[in-house]
Amino acid sequence: MADIAMAQTGGKPPTLHNATEAYLAMNRRKRMYGGILLLMFIVLMASGWRISEERNAGDFLPGVSQLLDFPSEVLSEAWTNRANLPGYFIEFFPSLIETINIAAVSTLVGALIAAFLSLLASRGIARWPRMIPVFRRIMDALRAIPEIVIALVLIYVLGGGPVPAVIAIAFHTGGALGKLFSEVGENADLKPIEGLSSVGATWGQKMWLGVIPQVAPNWLSYTLLRFEINVRASAILGFVGEGGIGHDLKLAMQWGQGRYDQVVAIFLLLFITIVIIDRISDHYRAKIVKGN
Amino acid sequence: MTTATISADSPLAQQMFRSFRARRMVSFAVPGVILLYLTYAFFAFDVPGLAARARMDNAIILLSDFWSHKTHVTRDNRSGKITVAIEGEGKGTYAPGTYPDWVSIDGDVTTVDLGDGYIVTYDALGARMIVPGYGLIDIKPVGGKLVLDAPQPIPAWISVSDNKVGVTTDAGRFNYSRSKVETFKYEAGWELFFFTLDSPFHGKGFFELAGMAIAGDRVDPAQSNLAYMASEVWNNKMWRHRDVMWAIFETILMAFLGTMGAAIVALPLGFMAASNFMPLSPLRFALRRVFDFIRGVDGLIWTIILSRAFGPGPMTGALAILITDAGTFGKTFSEALENIDEKQVEGVRSTGANALQRARLGVIPQVTPILLSQILYYLESNTRSATVIGAIVGGGIGLLLTQAITTQKDWEEVAYYMVLIVLMVMIMDSLSGWLRRRLIKGDGGGH
Repeated sequence: MADIAMAQTGGKPPTLHNATEAYLAMNRRKRMYGGILLLMFIVLMASGWRISEERNAGDFLPGVSQLLDFPSEVLSEAWTNRANLPGYFIEFFPSLIETINIAAVSTLVGALIAAFLSLLASRGIARWPRMIPVFRRIMDALRAIPEIVIALVLIYVLGGGPVPAVIAIAFHTGGALGKLFSEVGENADLKPIEGLSSVGATWGQKMWLGVIPQVAPNWLSYTLLRFEINVRASAILGFVGEGGIGHDLKLAMQWGQGRYDQVVAIFLLLFITIVIIDRISDHYRAKIVKGN
Repeated sequence: MTTATISADSPLAQQMFRSFRARRMVSFAVPGVILLYLTYAFFAFDVPGLAARARMDNAIILLSDFWSHKTHVTRDNRSGKITVAIEGEGKGTYAPGTYPDWVSIDGDVTTVDLGDGYIVTYDALGARMIVPGYGLIDIKPVGGKLVLDAPQPIPAWISVSDNKVGVTTDAGRFNYSRSKVETFKYEAGWELFFFTLDSPFHGKGFFELAGMAIAGDRVDPAQSNLAYMASEVWNNKMWRHRDVMWAIFETILMAFLGTMGAAIVALPLGFMAASNFMPLSPLRFALRRVFDFIRGVDGLIWTIILSRAFGPGPMTGALAILITDAGTFGKTFSEALENIDEKQVEGVRSTGANALQRARLGVIPQVTPILLSQILYYLESNTRSATVIGAIVGGGIGLLLTQAITTQKDWEEVAYYMVLIVLMVMIMDSLSGWLRRRLIKGDGGGH
């Protein structure tokens, strides 16, 4: 199962009397390839870490000893000001809602884009079968552009606020979900579509009545998973660009000492939200897939 | 023979009706709820106010910078010094006497020919611009103020104040302020992409360069022309190809080290968190909560904590990816290990193998395809994440990109980085797809 496929390129098929020999030879070859791969991997990893350490501002070992300095500094300050935390929870709650809204809207819009593109890019159900490669490349391109690129450019054009982040995440989601959606779509049973064609249904009707009901559970499951990812992405985009709780976190961090209680409040809000959303999405995905 | 009919009020029919009604409700309610939510978000995000905030002039600058470059012809009004510079940068400044042919200097008088009949002249009195179809725009400083003399009414593309006059035309822009007068000429292409102005190869065509590389006399006696050209391109001060390529390499390095490191850390932990390998359930439970905690804290926060300890750079980024993904891998690896087929392990056990041998020969071969496919999938998705993480920790192409965007002027560099990032991601995508097909038998396309 896990064999390295290169090992299969053997010579002639073994006859009965030299089967043992051939097996052992194959085994040796496999081990050799495995060993070479392992060695290459170790060399790559070791030299990679060396280069990255050289190009880093701080070295690894001194950094490890300082690893807990910052968290402990932050936590001790927050602990002395712990009375402020509930107030901060309330203060930052609207930004948290904004972050979640950004994730939710972009997931919805992205899923719509993905649904549309994937139906056009799935073999067997596409509207224009010749155009399948075109729609696939569109999805690849959407997936390839990192969110931050679109978001930062759009912030420059549209000004701040959540809309650049929504558009950026929605684009990326459209590409990423589109690929997964079309894999589900290609495995859909084509009989309902044939049935619908026989009664003269249009392409839209065939999709809506013949394909969507089949793929809906899996699509929903992927969309929920994506929502989880997008909540994180929207927090990060806030930190790098603008909008939502990530931005508040950046402001509090830039202020540094004296506002670490805010930093901790935001950390906690973000942590709790992510864990809750993870749990909900895990629960529903298990239910959806089992119900399928 | 009587036909068996089900009357409309039989229990089965009632049940069917109810189920249809419920379905109809759902199929209307779900889009309705989504629509309501989007409407709420529409106003919560202040989309109507977006039109007011949107800076379409920025969009135009951005788009034109994506495919063209501008050359500044600047006169310092105090010293009278003329500077001709590509993008107004010191690195792109023409040496005196080597100006492009559309700039001519005759004593005090500088003439800039923007093409299509647009001509700008700077002289001792002030400056003037000829706009075909409109007329002569003449600007003179009088008593510390600027006096504009142009055909009335003044159109919208001329902005006038006491201290500054700006003219925007299709051929180029012209700004007069008290301290300096500037003309911007736009031309297609990314100028100086290969050779900067001070390079001996600047301004030569492809065939001329090819000829020099093959048979020309050595420009620099110490090295061949080809090597000299390569080093001139590599060390280009304007586009900084060397730094950019290093940044791309750093980004890929972060993704590779982070993903592989996470997999190495997570594999033993995955065994310890799988119920069929770890009999001690408290330890198992504790490990699972650790995975949940790591995943819950999120990459953003790990990145911030790590960059405090290790400073900016690719190692910090790699470690941030490593920690975040160790949590994810720990969870998925242990799930994969719990779902293995016990028969193979039984078979190996029957030959008297110990625990380590059972794991090596009975378990690893079963889970390797799943784990490898997951690792490769994360490798490609981490290439994208590494761009963002680089922007936070200060390493790789993410840093260059955010720097170029925050300066808000070198949009051609932004475009260049964007193209490179997309290429990098696409190459990593296909590389990981290729590896998956090559290393994993029976993986029909994978993710």
